[in-house]
This record gives sequence, C-alpha cells and structure tokens, in this order.
Amino acid sequence: MAARGCGGVWRRARQRGVVGPGPGPGPSPRGQRAVVCNARGGAVPAGKSGVAPWIPVVGLEIHAQISSNSKLFSGSQVQFAAPPNSLVSFFDASLPGTLPVLNRRCVEAAVMTGLALNCRINKKSMFDRKHYFYADLPAGYQITQQRVPIAVNGSLSYSLCIDNKMSQMVTKTVRIKQIQLEQDSGKSLHDDTRSQTLVDLNRAGVGLMEVVMEPDMCCGEEAAAAVRELQLILQTLGSSQAVMAEGQLRVDANISVHHPGEPYGVRTEVKNINSIRFLAKAVDYEIQRQIEELENGGTILNETRAFDSKLGCTVPMRDKEGKRDYRFMPEPNLPPLILYDAKSLPANLNHQQVINIDWIQERLPDLPSVKREKLVEQYGILPEHSFALSNEDGLAEFFESVVKQTQMKPKKVIGWILNHLLSYLKQHSLTVKESPVSSFLLADLLNLLEKKEISSTAAKQVLAELWKGEGKTPLEIVKEQKLELLQDQKELEQICQAVIDGQENEVIMMVPG
Amino acid sequence: AALKDRLCSQVSAALKEGRVTPTELCQRCLALIKSTKFLNAYITVAEETALKQAEESEERYKRGQPLGILDGIPVAVKDNFNTAGIETTCASNMLKGYISPYNATVVQKLLDQGAVLLGKTNLDEFAMGSGSTDGVFGPVRNPWSYSNQYKDKSVPKSHSEDEESNWVITGGSSGGSAAAVSSFTCFAALGSDTGGSTRNPAAHCGVVGLKPTYGLISRHGLIPLVNSMDVPGILTRCVDDAAVLLGSLAGHDPKDSTTVQDDFRPFEVPDLTDVSKLSIGIPKEYHAPGLSSEILALWSKAADLFKNAGAKVVEVSLPHTQYSIVCYHVLCTAEVASNMARFDGLEYGHRSDEKESTESMYAATRREGFNEVVRGRILSGNYFLLKENYEKYFVKAQKVRRLIANDFVKVFRSGVDILLTPTTLSDAAPYTEFIQEDNRTRSAQDDVLTQAANMAGLPAINVPTALSERGLPVGLQFIGRSFQEKQLLTVAKWFEKQVQFPMIQLEEVKRHDNGVFQHQKSAFFS
Repeated sequence: MAARGCGGVWRRARQRGVVGPGPGPGPSPRGQRAVVCNARGGAVPAGKSGVAPWIPVVGLEIHAQISSNSKLFSGSQVQFAAPPNSLVSFFDASLPGTLPVLNRRCVEAAVMTGLALNCRINKKSMFDRKHYFYADLPAGYQITQQRVPIAVNGSLSYSLCIDNKMSQMVTKTVRIKQIQLEQDSGKSLHDDTRSQTLVDLNRAGVGLMEVVMEPDMCCGEEAAAAVRELQLILQTLGSSQAVMAEGQLRVDANISVHHPGEPYGVRTEVKNINSIRFLAKAVDYEIQRQIEELENGGTILNETRAFDSKLGCTVPMRDKEGKRDYRFMPEPNLPPLILYDAKSLPANLNHQQVINIDWIQERLPDLPSVKREKLVEQYGILPEHSFALSNEDGLAEFFESVVKQTQMKPKKVIGWILNHLLSYLKQHSLTVKESPVSSFLLADLLNLLEKKEISSTAAKQVLAELWKGEGKTPLEIVKEQKLELLQDQKELEQICQAVIDGQENEVIMMVPG
Repeated sequence: AALKDRLCSQVSAALKEGRVTPTELCQRCLALIKSTKFLNAYITVAEETALKQAEESEERYKRGQPLGILDGIPVAVKDNFNTAGIETTCASNMLKGYISPYNATVVQKLLDQGAVLLGKTNLDEFAMGSGSTDGVFGPVRNPWSYSNQYKDKSVPKSHSEDEESNWVITGGSSGGSAAAVSSFTCFAALGSDTGGSTRNPAAHCGVVGLKPTYGLISRHGLIPLVNSMDVPGILTRCVDDAAVLLGSLAGHDPKDSTTVQDDFRPFEVPDLTDVSKLSIGIPKEYHAPGLSSEILALWSKAADLFKNAGAKVVEVSLPHTQYSIVCYHVLCTAEVASNMARFDGLEYGHRSDEKESTESMYAATRREGFNEVVRGRILSGNYFLLKENYEKYFVKAQKVRRLIANDFVKVFRSGVDILLTPTTLSDAAPYTEFIQEDNRTRSAQDDVLTQAANMAGLPAINVPTALSERGLPVGLQFIGRSFQEKQLLTVAKWFEKQVQFPMIQLEEVKRHDNGVFQHQKSAFFS
C-alpha cells in the first residue's frame, strides 16, 4: 500500500472536522476516528482495522559537511574524490602524541548556519569524545559536542504543496534542537571475496555540522521539504555545498507512530538515504511498515534500518555491537570554545583570534525565503513560482538576467523559464550553468516574440534550434527557417493570392457552396 | 675539560672556550652510557645521529656562531616523546619498533637550539607506574645502588647476593631520565609528569626534577597518559640548569591548544640573599601515613632553615589532598581508556596475526600489546565512563579535583608564597622489596605527595636535599603559584645552596673522569 502524502490527509481531516491542535484522548464516534491530526496538523488514516488512528512522528538528524579548505582539527585539505589516503595528516591518522587544533572557518560556518536557523548561539561550547571501535575511526573516538553544542533552540520554516499542486502551498516550521560541530569518519570498503577491509582516511576529520531537528514532522513530504529548505540555506550561506550525492548532506530519520493521547511509539532510525526523493519514500515506507506491523499484533524494535533505494523499502541493519555505550567524556585537549558578540568582545584580544557573532550576523546573505519574497514583490510572480526559481541553483539569477534584457513582462518570462528552460534542463540532467541557451539568447528570443515578429509556436521552434548550441542567434534561426510573422499587408495579400491561384479548382468549388 | 663541568652553564662555557668540543663531549657521554648499560636507563641510544648533531654543533662553534647555551650539550629524552627517525616505544610491545614521522615540540625546540640527542630513556609502560620497573625493556636501576655512599652503608647478607639483590629502584615513571642525569650520561633530560613521574624519580636519584605549570610547555608529541594533567618534566643536576631548559622549552605552541598564549620570558635564577619577605607554607596533610621518620625530620629541619634565615614559616591546610589518590584514579583511568583506544593495530604499532574478524584482531592486538597495568587501567576507566557510572565517578572526581585545586588557591591567597613538602614517603626501595606490591598499590602510595600539584596544574620542583641513613638521596618538594616559575626556582636555588647535596661517587664515572672528578661534602645535612 502506497503511503499517502500528509497534505492530502490533512485536508481530508479538515473536511471531517477532526482538526487539531491537541488530539483529545479517548475514543471518538465511529467514522470520525479514522483520521486524526497531530498538534502540527499531520495525520495518517488508520490501518485496515480502522479502529484507532495513527500519528506518525518524524525527526531528522542531518550531517552537513562544512565547506572549508581544511579539516576540523587538522591542516589537511578537504576534497571530494581525491586518491585514497592522500589527504591525511598525522592527527587524522591518530598518530600518538598529536593534538586537535580547531579550524576557525568551521566555527564560523556553524555560527552562520546557527544564525540562519534562528538558533541561540552558545558563547561557550565544549567538545566531547564519543567512543566506539571502528576501522574508519582511527582514534577510537569521535570529537563531537554532546554536552554544550555551539547552537541550540532554532527553527526552520519550509513550504510544501498539497496534493502536488503548486497552487496550494502551506508553510510549516520544524524546531531545531541543536547544531553541533563534529568530526567526520573515514570510509571503509569491505572486500568480501578477499575478506578484507580497505580504509580511506581522506574524509576522517572533515568538519561536520550535525543539525538535530525535533520530531515535528509527520510524513515523507514534510521531511523532504524541510531538508530541501535546509539544503538551500546551507548553499546560500556557503557553509556546506550540501550535495547529497557526494555525501556532503546525510540525513538520518527517526520515525515512530502512536495513537492520539498515547506516548510516542518505539522509534526506528533509517539511514542510507542519499537523495531527497528517497527521503520522502523511506519515511513514508517506514511509517506504513510500522502501522502494519503494529496492527498485525507485532512490535517495533528500537533498531537502525537502511533504506534500499532499489527495492524502495527499509531493511534492518546488521547491528554488530548490540547496545552501544559511547562512554562520552570531555575532550581534554581543547579548551572551551568561546565566542563573542559586540558587547562582550574584549578590547585587548587580537581580532584574528576571536569570533564575533554580531559581525557574522551583519554579513549573512539573503536567505532563500527572503529572496523568494523579493522575487514575488519585485516581479509580481506567484509565490509558487518563486519556490521553483529558488529550488534550482542559479535559476533565479538567470530569470532576473532575462527580465533585465527583455521588454516582456516578468510574469510571462517566468512561464518560459519554468515550462521550457527548466523542463529541458531536467530532461537532459543539466544545471542552469550548463544551459546551452544563455540568458542573453533567451532574452533575444523573447524580444522577438514580444515585438510580435514571430509567433509563440515559432518561438518554441527557435528555442528547440537554440538547444543545439550551434552559436546561431535567434534572429538568424528565424531568417533561416523563415519563421517571421508577416507584418506587411501587401505581402500577405500576395501570398494569399498565390495560394488561391494554385488551388483554382477548389476555389471554384467553394464559391457556389 | 673534565666532568667537573657537570652543569649546563659550566660545560657551555667550556665549549665556548674550546676546552672541550661537542664531539668529545658526545663521545664521552656515549662511552659512559655503554659502561653504565647495566642501569638500563636507555631504551634506544641514537649514537649515529648524536655524533652527527655534535659534528654540526662543532662547526657552529668553529664559526663562532653557537645557537645558544644548549648548543652541543648532550641530552636524553624519555621514550614517550616522539622523535623523528628514532624509535619511540613507551616501553610497550604496542609501539616496539615504532618510528614516528615527527618530533615532539619540546624535542624540536631542543634540536633547534643545538642540543645533542643521545637517546631515549626507559620508563614504566606508557608512563603508568612509580618505579620504572614495569616496562617491556625491564626495570631501571638506580645509579646510587652502585655509589660508594650506598655501598659503604648497606650490609650485604652474603657476598654473592651483594649487588644483585640490593640494587634500588629509581622511582618513576621517568626513572630512565633521572638515572641518566644522575649517572652523568647526559646533562639534562626530559621526563613527563602526570602524578609525580618527574619529581619522584628525581628525588630517588638525587637530581632536580621540575614539573612546570600546566599549559606552559607544549604537550604536542608527548604520548599522553592523562591529557589534563600531563606536563613535560625537566631533569637536571641543578636548579640553574632547570631554568635554562625551561627557558628553551616554554611558550605557546599553536599545535597544543592548551598552552597559554602569553609570551614566556626566559630568566636566570637570581641569587636570593634575603628570605625574610618569604612566606613558606607547610601543609599539615603532607604528614601522610607511611612518611618515614627520617624524611619527616629532614622536612622540619628544612622548615627551620627557612625560619632561621628570617622567612615566615606557617602551617597551612590542604584538606582535600587526602582524596587526591581516589580522585586521580578515576580521572586517570578514564583518560587512559580513551587515549589508548587508538591502539588498534590498524594504523601503526603492533598488530596481532588474529584474522578471524576485525573485532578479534583488535582484542588480540590490545591483549598482546599492553601489559597488565595498562589493560587494568583501560578496563576500570571504561567502567567509570559507562553512562550509568559517569555521574557517580567521573563527574564526582572532577568536582573533587576542583576542591583540591581550590585548597591551593586559598592557601596562596592567604599570603603563602611557596609550599614546602616532602617529595616521597621514604628513600628508594630495593627492587626485590618494591615488586612485592602490585603497580596500583605502589602508584597510590608513591604519588600521594606529588599528585595534588598535577590536579591543580601548579609548578613544583624536587630539590635533592640529603642522603638517608642508607646512603640514598632524599628530596624535598616546593610547590609554587601558577606560572610563577621564577619565584619557585629562586627559592629552590636558595635552598639548594644551603643544603649542599653531595655528589654521587660512582666508579664508572670516576674511571671516565680520569680522577679529576670532585667530591663535595654536604655542608648542612651530613
């Protein structure tokens, strides 16, 4: 059974008049209890038995690799797909006697991200060691921020459309519990035939921001929309490249279901989700699996499951160590991380050595939500179009550039951008930057259309020609293919006459009829 | 020149005047290392590189451009400091044959100032111990076991038993470094001090042992025992030399975030003429159970010495010091459990042949690589760090540590400048006696007087004071305020001058000295 998007369910719930907030305990009259909303407006229908409704709860832990030249605690370079073990310092390999030295850039990235997510930045945060033995964790522990993380108590607003209709968008908010700085691990490659494990430490020690979201979501669509918005924010800030396919953004989902009025159910953690599309699928699958399991009298184990993207389902991960105790302890080699604001900034301290939160705040770029508002306001486009523009890296800039170069109204330009340019790019898996049609060429074309020199059908023909990237201008193509609209009355009459002349018989037949 | 040039400043002058060349000096030390090999003070002797360094130093002297007072001076380094190209073993099977690709900051600083690195000295495995008896390369023997002073006073049960059963331990864990300085095989040595590991062997071997303030000297490259307490230690034959070494090693290191940012200004230790403005604190809790009457007597005699010279001597109380042993046990083992996690046989060090699974390889590697002491500490440390125990043990121990440190703050705030205490409970025990007790019991006993300074991060120094009735060295400890090394060393130097600790009379040294070796009489405490 396919999982449902909660937008639709939410609407259905409303129609039935069982809207939250605050699901009331106790049974409701039959027929109305099939669906109940949770406090945040999500709900899922009851299973086959139809007796009690289920409330799914989804929380996310997101690891974002910090975009920086060097690692969190060492001077090694950070680079994707470098030759194995070519970016490993003595510290990264945990050679005895080496000590961590905190990378300023990573701290700044975390502060920026914290500010963008409306967090309170802790002026004093600490580092801890989290212990476990694994081949790609050379020190036997990861340095993280368990007790006092760098940022806490934030929120992220995201929008999603209901029933996949762009015109029906709702905005929701998920609370951010905390953002912590921590080290990435290396990579293990298991060679089963030769029964050996190969370890690549290039990634070991790269800075991560772990963003912990409260369980405020209730379905895959919501989780996906929240992560997409976070991704846009990180990319706008430049604090992470946040490309999921390259592992710069990794999402683990904590999922449980429970009946209204009851405590949260036992949760599972789903890992191995490597795209936003799969995130939505994995979450919805897992919700449905848990409901079915429970309705069939089963129990949910507190376990880690992996999403199998080929089969589209989650499967239990082999948990080698059973219950883990990470034996946390303070990292003794790093003093507390002290941040300052304009007020607390000591005059005698070297500015190179301190991080000023206010200074970073003042220099934050426009966040995606602000950019979208500006687009709506400035160009009079629909809000959902602003989402479409901001969802593609560079598309909003492309749009603005086209608008600047044409007389066509932005409202009309957006149609060409979204319906033709974007769909073409998607078909060919191209980014905006890779587009064979530049904003200049598109503007040129739209100007021809706007001046009524060609028809809209012809414009599409020209665009198709432009995709070939042969370096011709729209006007050249129009001339070559004779696509101009005729503006000259005489010429038009001549053409008509020529047509009539060529079809004398038919004309004759038509006259009496 | 002769070995009467026994101090860095003296030998430096001799080098400058050309009375001796760095190569001659190095060769003499290497020869002495060979003839005192039975002490087992060195794990690795880096003869070749040492001679090369001496040669380079010689060139500099010839050009009249020595790098400073340490240029050409032979030194030794405890084998838990990383040395590029020279084995670093921590006296453990785990690191046997391990050659580090980098120098510890302190080692680099010594080399940058022209010092000649003779070799790496013996210790307890991973510095866990107080006797230098628990390393994989065997125990270190105290040079004083072979001194005329000790031989004259010990009555061998039988002739054959004589030296074999009577030799005494060096204390530890930096016993190799203490023995090396004491037996004249080098002029200064680096140790490490986590609970007394520099001061304790210094006391037993009759040398100066300085544990500087935490954060003053870089730990980068020191293979850690307890990161929050470890400090590189300095072992020399006199207080002035300790100041020379301190000056060459101290200061901020970008590679160690726990070093202080403030600039450190090297200093010469002034000669104190007037002690009347000094206030010396005598902490009553250091009158600990097991303190030998001999040392107690020496301690009060030293207090009287200050009093008679006009200093104010007051009894003070450090009420929480008595808890330092238990507290240390929890904090130390917890950090050990964590620090030792990296030794899994994958990246470096010993790897077991066990191939059943990665986990079984880890287990076998660690069982084969670590001795029982290390494994025991790892086990208890992990126990204390378990989620259910963390508050009960680790957090509580951290709080007690704060109380211990606060005791010192209060005492120093009350106007006391320096604390005077014994360094050890008694003089060095014979090896046969020492090994009757297990490592944990011994460490608990032996660190009792030194540990609190590590808990509080304070500078402390052992000054050799007198010989015991058995003819073995006894030292007293001075503890100073944080980063007040200059005041600490000034007082220590004044005291050193008063007590005139006798020089060791060692046959091997005499032989190498062609009879020029001078014998000093103790002026005060003989």
